[in-house]
Amino acid sequence: MPGNKDRIAGLLLGTAAATVACAVAAVFGFLFLFALPVFTGGQGLAVLGGTWQPETGQFGILPMLAASVCLALSALALGWPLALGLCCSIRGFVPAPLARLLLALLRGMTAFPTVVYGFAALFLLVPFMREAAGRGSGLCWATAALVLALVALPTMVLVMDAGIQQMERRLHLTGAALGFNRRQILVHLVLPACRGNLSAAAALGFGRAIGDTLIPLMLAGNAPQWPHSVFDSIRSLTAHIGLVLATDTHSAAYGSLFVAGCLLLLVNVAVQLALRALPTKNGSSATYGYGA
Amino acid sequence: MSRIFRPVMLAVFCLALAVPMAWAAPLDAFQGKQGSINIAGGTAHISVMKEAAKRIMTVNTDIRISVAGGGSGLGVQQAGEGLVDIGNAGRPLSPEEVEKYGLVSFAFAIDGVAVVLHPENPVTELTSEQVRDIYAGKITNWNEVGGADRAITLYTRDEASGTREVFDGKMLAKGPVVVSANVVPSNGAMKTSVAQDPGAIGYVGIGHIDTTVKAPTVDGMTPSQENAADGSYTITRKLYMNTKGEPQGVVKDFIDYLYTAEGEEIIRASGYIPTGR
Repeated sequence: MPGNKDRIAGLLLGTAAATVACAVAAVFGFLFLFALPVFTGGQGLAVLGGTWQPETGQFGILPMLAASVCLALSALALGWPLALGLCCSIRGFVPAPLARLLLALLRGMTAFPTVVYGFAALFLLVPFMREAAGRGSGLCWATAALVLALVALPTMVLVMDAGIQQMERRLHLTGAALGFNRRQILVHLVLPACRGNLSAAAALGFGRAIGDTLIPLMLAGNAPQWPHSVFDSIRSLTAHIGLVLATDTHSAAYGSLFVAGCLLLLVNVAVQLALRALPTKNGSSATYGYGA
Repeated sequence: MSRIFRPVMLAVFCLALAVPMAWAAPLDAFQGKQGSINIAGGTAHISVMKEAAKRIMTVNTDIRISVAGGGSGLGVQQAGEGLVDIGNAGRPLSPEEVEKYGLVSFAFAIDGVAVVLHPENPVTELTSEQVRDIYAGKITNWNEVGGADRAITLYTRDEASGTREVFDGKMLAKGPVVVSANVVPSNGAMKTSVAQDPGAIGYVGIGHIDTTVKAPTVDGMTPSQENAADGSYTITRKLYMNTKGEPQGVVKDFIDYLYTAEGEEIIRASGYIPTGR
């Protein structure tokens, strides 16, 4: 009775999807619920101000939001082109054994805990950045962005590569019939067809970069100021939550963390939705499937 | 945290099997008992807690003790909410905290908080006024306080830190700290940062000072444990263990153990001065 099986499978999948949707909705709901007292508790919109100084009753978290966005975008600006380049190298621009080695290396990199990157960077990159900047401590926006780009790189390459591989298989004959070689197929046929996949990789990379806590906590310096220069010490929202979490649970500083969590979630959702809304060549929107 | 400590505890248990039982008198209190003690909070306390835990678990494998950090604020909060048995803090409890949680506090050691610089920094003495001006951003170059021509980079601790509370209150007299100062989350991270940065100024508990950083005199006072104990170094604090209500069972035994001669020896070995009860 294949019809029956289909129905059961459909029911199970539907249940799974509903459960996940409920869980996500619950996370949203609870965060908003916990964040609400901060706005209704007499402070009003003070939490959305520009100064974090709990001693004087100022709990503005906007500089941290700006820092998070700047950090994630700069990491993406460094990491995404690099990921695309690596992907193209793997799919036809370097000898096959080297490509296999690169791919294995990137897969291995996904398994590295971020604290290892942070720790290594603390002793290797930070002194270098301090000398390069000629001022400050080396714990800054630029240092954290460089390492975050490295951390987000394997995720982006693997997503891109999966899409490119599939598209290559589909377009290989067409390309060959046109007299294209493998590189020409990649550049003129596969990459344009993979646009949705490439933006999905960017969205995942952005999510990885804005959500990471340890790298900014260890390397960005954590000064709660507006980001002005790439050599400034800045504090991301994630690092901020990590730093302030240990205060008294009933303090206003603690309450403001829920607002910080909400903002992080909203930024991430906004970016994902924006990238999904980008039209691709065949008129459908970008998807997270490994095709296009 | 407990996941990290599990292998450590396992190692301690194995050690216990290998080492012939040495029945020191203060540890007799734990004989035949079992239970678990969860400890979290102030990072300055960790070395004392770990050593005591190791010795207790060596003679009695039925007692499990886990030690985690997290800062004074976390220690008070977690003890208050009943998440840990002992919540460590490097500052006294506020009246609100005592009232809200019903916490009982046990002071067991004195620790000083000292300014630390990079070991190659030629500055050997500062006044508290200079330290205040440096942290307020009025003095920005080491040559203004007799050092080399190099920009000063500031390091401070997060708001939940007991070390920061003592430094803010006693050294800076609640003076401002510029917003561009780097913030580090533990005494250890402070030491690592300052040890690497030639322009750095930071502060740590005196027990954490070693050759990787350099502590200048402040107002002529030399930061050392002896001076902190006899009162000739005044930027000090006590280290406390906090329990929700009067401690019971093995938790009480653990606290009592730190007040024995052996406990005081552990406290001294960690670089602090025992206060006695």
